[in-house]
Amino acid sequence: METMTLLGQGFSVALTPTNLMLAVAGCILGTIIGALPGLGPSNGVAILIPLAFSLGLDATAALVLMTSVYYGAMYGGRISSILLNIPGDEPALMTTLDGYPMAKAGRAADALVISGVASFVGALLATFGLILMAPILASIAYKFGPAEYFALYLLAFSTLGGLTGNNQAKAVLAACIGLAIATIGGNSSGTPRLSFDSLYLYDGVNFLVAIVGLFAVTEVFVFIESSGKNTAIGVKIDKITIPVRDIIRTFGTMLRGTVIGFIAGILPGAGASLGSFLAYSGEKAYAKDKSQFGKGDVRGVAAPEAGNNAAAGGALVPMLTLGVPGSGTTAVLLALLMTLNITPGPTLFSDRPEVVWGLIAALLISNVVLLILNVPMVKIFVKILMVPPWVLLPGVTMVSFVGIYSISSSWFDLLLMIGFGTLGFFLRKLDIPTVPIILGILLGGHMEDALQRAMVISGGEWQYLFSSKIAIGLWIAAVVGFVAPMFLRKFLKQPDAVPD
Amino acid sequence: MKHLNLKSLTLGAVLSLGMAAPTLAAECIAPANPGGGWDFTCRSIGKIMFDIGAVDAPIQVTNMAGGGGGLAYGLVVNDRSDDAELIVAASSATATRLAQNAYAGMTYDQVRFLGAIGVDAGIIAVATDSPFQNLNELLDAVIADPSSVTFAGGSAVGGFDHLKVLMALKRQGLEDIRTVKYIGVDGGGDAVTQAIGGFVQAITGDISEVVGFIKSGDVRVLAVLTEDRLPGEFGNIPTAREQGIDVVAGNWRGLYVPKGISDDEYARWSNALQAVADSDEWAAAMEANGLTAFNFVGDDFQIYVSNLMGEIADLSREIGVIE
Repeated sequence: METMTLLGQGFSVALTPTNLMLAVAGCILGTIIGALPGLGPSNGVAILIPLAFSLGLDATAALVLMTSVYYGAMYGGRISSILLNIPGDEPALMTTLDGYPMAKAGRAADALVISGVASFVGALLATFGLILMAPILASIAYKFGPAEYFALYLLAFSTLGGLTGNNQAKAVLAACIGLAIATIGGNSSGTPRLSFDSLYLYDGVNFLVAIVGLFAVTEVFVFIESSGKNTAIGVKIDKITIPVRDIIRTFGTMLRGTVIGFIAGILPGAGASLGSFLAYSGEKAYAKDKSQFGKGDVRGVAAPEAGNNAAAGGALVPMLTLGVPGSGTTAVLLALLMTLNITPGPTLFSDRPEVVWGLIAALLISNVVLLILNVPMVKIFVKILMVPPWVLLPGVTMVSFVGIYSISSSWFDLLLMIGFGTLGFFLRKLDIPTVPIILGILLGGHMEDALQRAMVISGGEWQYLFSSKIAIGLWIAAVVGFVAPMFLRKFLKQPDAVPD
Repeated sequence: MKHLNLKSLTLGAVLSLGMAAPTLAAECIAPANPGGGWDFTCRSIGKIMFDIGAVDAPIQVTNMAGGGGGLAYGLVVNDRSDDAELIVAASSATATRLAQNAYAGMTYDQVRFLGAIGVDAGIIAVATDSPFQNLNELLDAVIADPSSVTFAGGSAVGGFDHLKVLMALKRQGLEDIRTVKYIGVDGGGDAVTQAIGGFVQAITGDISEVVGFIKSGDVRVLAVLTEDRLPGEFGNIPTAREQGIDVVAGNWRGLYVPKGISDDEYARWSNALQAVADSDEWAAAMEANGLTAFNFVGDDFQIYVSNLMGEIADLSREIGVIE
């Protein structure tokens, strides 16, 4: 009951006209930022921080604006994934796998609606999870040490092979390319590696550069080469209707994606990308008929979108209760909190209830706003991406260059991005999927850090990697995830796709 | 529909303008992504400089992540070495990397250090259920058996959080500092969770990183690495010096400017920085961010940085981070 009272007070803070207006503005801006390739939630929030200060917003109002931008971007990322086959931001990566094939098959509107609803379910349930269990959930982070994290990342990689395309070997090859790229730069042992004494490579390859290069720039190249015939640009979208049957059918998928994504979000360091990835591969492992995955299965759209939005909510748990950011965006939000003289940590919920509950109320409000913006009104955002290719492509190119340049203000990243674009072009010709490359870059460094820390702590004893029940459980899941598909495939081999 | 569409496009245009607005005002480069200490330095010092009238126009903040600050350093040394309208955020990490030759051979005398006006006090802490009650007990346990204690901190191996522990252990009499176990994690909060989870035995970091955990009672700070005790609510925490270990190490927040600017221009910036240091606004910003006063502006600061780098270089050589 106390929770309800506090939440009621939160709503009374969040529902002032100013805050409500900020929430709506933040949602619209966030959705656009998310939909534009190269601009993700973390730069979106970072760009707007000075705005919050120059408007002289108080703590709650600033948080309302920033979190609506954050959630908006998480919703918006899927739009370009589905329509252009270019992920708007890194957590929307997995949505390209089935979202774009759906769009190609003329079901772009359905894909947008289903993923919008999935985003809503994921984000809403994650917010309730945050309300009811934040202090308890925070203690999960205490159970994860280097050995457990290593096993978790191993689990992620073990399911990579069965992820994309029909050729597992090519997916593994792509993952290895990603892992190789992840070894560039300074690791946690402090010495730079494969950086060729270049300051530009000292911090490694920024995954945003790789994503924008491999997806957006590659798409531009393919468009030029085929004179606009063989490209993702220019998918038609018809009237938006609500595919009720699909939504009901995928409701279980959304719930499963939410749970997986939320847990991944709570773990510092894992974050939304891992959440959407595990939600997708988990759903694929769970599904009886896997034949349509990668070809436009609605579950392949619902699972990762529920997963990444739930992870975004989950990531707020360690940020608020431990002061540990679980992702790039929460790192920026954390800095904002500190600047506003709010110290996140175990005592935040008791010290500053008005901030926490105002924030939670704002999350609930922005979710409703975002559902409206992203389902009945999604056409507005689609319009931005649906201009003729001769307008859109230069636009995508420009936003890519500006977005990447804003990371480090260096020409090197731009060249690297074009390099990745070229690589992506040839990989496309060879039919090698690029999603595993990104996952390799995103997760490889974390996995190596975890292993290195485990080895320092244990003094080099490998048994340490199996020293807890959680670690052993994750190892078993990883082995099963790797081996099971090989056997199952023999039994389940279906020469023809089963019609939906 | 048309109307809304236009509106969203306008918002987009405003947004892109906001990112790349050209301006003639002075610029502060934060050599990292938004959200870290360098970003804070630029944003708060820059804002206060304008608010108190020490500069005529608002200072524009540019984030330039890369090379652990080396990209920005290279830019200042190579391309903008006489730009009088440029200040760059620096901290103990800048001095550490310079001392370890991690900026591709560039040296600290290729820029002019302007000053530091606040410090995030260094701390060594343990989880509340730890058996160690004071710094001597912890350090003696490490000296007796280095494999029994792992330290966790927010910087990489060889970074300032790691070196602080080594400085303390060396003062306490440890011969071979290479045997000390240290893991670099993603910031002080992460170090605390690893300690509470029992994966590591001690935390090294800055006070601002553990404030929430001190208040909640999850963490016991064994020592602050400052000359005197901290003012205010953390005044009950003993310093390392009181416990007989002479280590003063904090993460100072400062600025450097290009080497080629005139002495007059250098004086103008150091006066502006001193004015910020003396302002009430800065006192409030320091309190909000867990910083304490640390006032080294102008030539004294150059000497301070040079001495600090000497000690860092010696330690780094001993643990093999540099040759």
